[in-house]
Amino acid sequence: MRVPYSWLREYCDPGMTPAELADRLVMTGTEVERIDVVGPPRPEGFVVGKVEAAEQHPDADRLRVCSVDVGDGATRTIVCGAPNVAAGQTVAVALPGARMPGGEKLRKAKLRGVASEGMILAADELEVGEDHEGTLVLDDALLAGTPLTAVIPLAEPVLEIEVTPNRSDCFGLFGVAREVHAVTGAALGPEPWAEDVVAVGAGEVGELASVTVEVPELCPRFTARAFVEVELGPSPLWLQQRLSAAGQRPINNVVDITNYVMLLTAQPLHAYDLDRIPGGELIVRAATAGEKVTTLDGAEHTLDAETVLICDREQPTGIAGIMGGQVSEVSPETTRVLLEAANWNGTNILRTSRLLGLRSEASARFEKQLHPELAMRAQRIASRLLVELCDAKLVPGTIDVAASPPPAITLPLRAARVRGLLGMEIAQEDQIAYLERLGFGVAVEGDDLAVTVPPDRHHDVTREVDLIEEVARVHGLDEHLPTTLPAVGERVGRLSRPQRLRRRAEDSLRDLGFDQIVSWSFTDPGEAERLRIPADDLRAKPVRLANPLSEEQSAMRTTLLGSLLDSAARNAARGAQRVALYELGSVYLEEPPPAAGGPLAGDFPGERAAPVREPLRIGAIALGSLAPASWRGAAVPADFFALKGVAEALAGQLRVELGFAPGEQPFLHPGRTAAVSVGGAAAGWLGEVHPLVCRAWDVPAAVAFELEAAPLLAASTAGEEGYEDVTTFPAALRDIAVVVAEEVPAERVRATVLAAGGELLRSARVFDLYEGEQLGEGRKSLALGLELRAPDRTLTDDEVDGVRDAIVAALGAELGGQLRE
Amino acid sequence: MISRIAEIRSEAAAAIAAAGSSEELEGLRVRYLGRKAELPGVLRKISELPPEERGKVGGAANRARKELEELLGARAESLDASELDSKLAGDRLDVTLPGAPPHPVGHAHLVARTQRTIEDAMVGMGYTVAEGPEIEHDYYNFTALNHPPGHPARQLQDTFYVQSHPEVLLRTHTSPMQVRAMETQPPPIFVVVPGKVYRRDSDATHSPMFHQMEALAIAEGITLADLKGTLLTLARALFGETREVRLRPHYFPFTEPSVEVDVSCFQCEGTGALPDGSRCNICKGQGWIEILGAGMVDPNVLGFVEQYGYDAERVQGFAYGLGIERVAMLRHGVPDLRRFFDNDLRMLEQFA
Repeated sequence: MRVPYSWLREYCDPGMTPAELADRLVMTGTEVERIDVVGPPRPEGFVVGKVEAAEQHPDADRLRVCSVDVGDGATRTIVCGAPNVAAGQTVAVALPGARMPGGEKLRKAKLRGVASEGMILAADELEVGEDHEGTLVLDDALLAGTPLTAVIPLAEPVLEIEVTPNRSDCFGLFGVAREVHAVTGAALGPEPWAEDVVAVGAGEVGELASVTVEVPELCPRFTARAFVEVELGPSPLWLQQRLSAAGQRPINNVVDITNYVMLLTAQPLHAYDLDRIPGGELIVRAATAGEKVTTLDGAEHTLDAETVLICDREQPTGIAGIMGGQVSEVSPETTRVLLEAANWNGTNILRTSRLLGLRSEASARFEKQLHPELAMRAQRIASRLLVELCDAKLVPGTIDVAASPPPAITLPLRAARVRGLLGMEIAQEDQIAYLERLGFGVAVEGDDLAVTVPPDRHHDVTREVDLIEEVARVHGLDEHLPTTLPAVGERVGRLSRPQRLRRRAEDSLRDLGFDQIVSWSFTDPGEAERLRIPADDLRAKPVRLANPLSEEQSAMRTTLLGSLLDSAARNAARGAQRVALYELGSVYLEEPPPAAGGPLAGDFPGERAAPVREPLRIGAIALGSLAPASWRGAAVPADFFALKGVAEALAGQLRVELGFAPGEQPFLHPGRTAAVSVGGAAAGWLGEVHPLVCRAWDVPAAVAFELEAAPLLAASTAGEEGYEDVTTFPAALRDIAVVVAEEVPAERVRATVLAAGGELLRSARVFDLYEGEQLGEGRKSLALGLELRAPDRTLTDDEVDGVRDAIVAALGAELGGQLRE
Repeated sequence: MISRIAEIRSEAAAAIAAAGSSEELEGLRVRYLGRKAELPGVLRKISELPPEERGKVGGAANRARKELEELLGARAESLDASELDSKLAGDRLDVTLPGAPPHPVGHAHLVARTQRTIEDAMVGMGYTVAEGPEIEHDYYNFTALNHPPGHPARQLQDTFYVQSHPEVLLRTHTSPMQVRAMETQPPPIFVVVPGKVYRRDSDATHSPMFHQMEALAIAEGITLADLKGTLLTLARALFGETREVRLRPHYFPFTEPSVEVDVSCFQCEGTGALPDGSRCNICKGQGWIEILGAGMVDPNVLGFVEQYGYDAERVQGFAYGLGIERVAMLRHGVPDLRRFFDNDLRMLEQFA
């Protein structure tokens, strides 16, 4: 909403500069986006002039050489290009030294050899309308030399305010004036709709026009007045200036008046050429589905059955509350006008406006739900202006098709509640003053108030708390609100255990050399295919957005791997030698969320389960090397076992035992894929990314893992470890090397050793692998370090040898393994 | 004999003192105290001497041997030290070669790090942390937050909807968790909710995905003044101990009264101008920076959870929603919101 300052001051002069007013408004709840200046930056150098003579320029067909009296005694020569300039005209003149809009300084100039001492101005050169064709012809009663600023505002400050959706009243200038009155205390002028014009036209409006409303729930009120002997023409300069400053293009006096009244009252109006409405009959009805309408802007729209139309008896004339049609538009031939001021259902207007992609100044106001009372306010002001500016005659009577108006709301305002909600005291007399300035009716009831809401605020202020906001903001939060903290009571702030462990996981991966990333949740629907995920896999059926910004961001990711590859590829493309990234983030799977497992698993608080399953995942990717090469040695390549070591170290920090078994994933190397489990339950994968997937992302070989956070963190015993005495009875250490068939997994050898070792065997760790000719084809040797310990005694050599023999026997019996000497 | 012993002693002592290396010293030890040397020979042949001389000669020889051993020991020590010195002096590293890189340590993402900072400040004020779904029901995102269907305020946040479910959307704020949390826990409730949110908008200061921190405090007697104190504490934790906050009335459908909150500029100390007189670029000369929206939870919102113990006549409280990237951008001078999700190592490595 643009608020020209001179217009505002007609109703409420705050007695301060626009910048000071803007500060005050900002601190009381009205956002001022900026202050524009319309017209020249300063009024100096702009005067009224009288054209005494206008001669053809000797060397230019289109130029006239004018003699102009600007009131300073001498006659000036001004060269002018306007076709309509003529002797005897009263015009607006810019003298040398004046600053034009935009800041340029006007200088004396020679135009085709004739010196020009100034400029005769067209409307657009003062930013009053857009007319550049002719000079601006002023009232002949003005004296030469009169400062132009006495005729129209120059250097007009305009406050651009952002009206919040609840304050439909501030979509009208008088509403803004009332707000200024409330927050500054400056006097407010009389309501501009207070006086109605006398109807002097012949007959009665009912003889000229009729209105039928078929959908009263969508059209709570429809008023219409008729005007005859209307003289259509340009608006007076002051009106054009106000509309221009407010951002509206002047068109003709009738249309300008409808726009002006809308800008003043927030109530949109529409003027019809009454002679172009057959029989003067208007019908308000719902459209039939598929019905087509062409609006004033020339666009054709296809409607649905909830769209409301205003029709004459033959065809639709406009879409209610949004835009009129061309059929009964006011034109230069118009002499009889039917003026509509109606009230529409805001929700319906909003819906239709969005459906059609059609917004207008009118719909922006109606969608906020205006009060039916506003319609007659607008009729009164518009009637007066039509009579004054168009010499029109108002036909007696008003067509008023209205449901009963909503009853006025009276609300209690309890002093205790004001204090209790705000934590500050506002004296009763102040509360009364603020509310009355805002247009509320106030009755005192002891400490409390009974407050009646004016029509402008009917849909905004509906509860006591809304009144508390009004008194608080006018009182001034910045100056008066104390600074306190809520009582602590019994509460203790803390992170939950999963939240603490989640941080531990993040920190561990960071300390293991991985950079944390945060990726888009969006992906493109083709990602699953690039990951070679088969079409019937859940991960290939992502949640799709109905209205994405682009195809690339039209689906929700089902894996972290895609995000990790995206980031890795971008960094690799920039030449990064070492890329090691991790992410903790959700994936989105189109299936019901679990009923247990907590937020990490997608089981969120609340009565209604989440619409889809959103488990938190921990993913990592590594390309190139994990530790960089230096002059001392080669880099540690980022291969399967390097990343497995990272996963194991992460698990170690969380005190979780991860299980690794040969696995299968469409996007991984089939021979280098591990299925990862926690306590026997599947918890993700780790492996070398499939060469074709790497090619799709244009990255060199990569290794990655993606783990479910919920089972991993649930199994964690970090922070809950118990003490074990390991010093009183020291451990015995033994190494063994066992030769087994190549295909026997190391983990199986270790499991066999652990099972056979019994409770004395505390740990077994594979520390070497050897495959060589001397072992024979298809054989390998694994070396294991064994740690044996008893809690209550130091083990004897016999005991240790006994365990070792049992292990060797089991390896032989179960795996065909032999000790390697 | 005695004089011979004295002769040997003084000759050996001089030689020991003059020895220039531990090798030479070892030669002297063999020569004077070795098996074939004269002095031990005297001691071995002591029994051949007349009985009255044995004591005298033996004593003198023993003293001389002991003396020489001490001299040898002392000389050996000093020779070792100087030999080590010269050996070390010849053993030089090129100390200008780069150090061997330790195992590299990674970096926390700036958004995650900032989120923690805010969480920690709020936990310090007695809050717990909760998480909610990002794909959410319209009911929690709008309806139960006093944005009924058809309400113009729904347009304030341009929303992504999900294709397969008309009533499902990407949450436009972390506020849906207000209602979810209150459905789960009766008052008093003090909770913050970090997480990703989505709005259909993209430029330098708008990203279709970003992170918010929601706070909700509901109990008996919580006031707007308490909100101000909470925000002041938070602002000081994030932007420095001398910060101030100011509350400007505003409109949000789910709070009443609603406020926008500014923090005094940490670069120009709220003056709007830098020491050289130029306009402060962070607050654009205003002295204040808008950081978040907040307000007293609207009774209509409490109406949706009344059956869980939230009677608007008995309990009340506040909520705020803070943009985590906004805090990070201000604190670290990041100019473009979308840079956070590029995950460019050259940016990631700037933040420990």
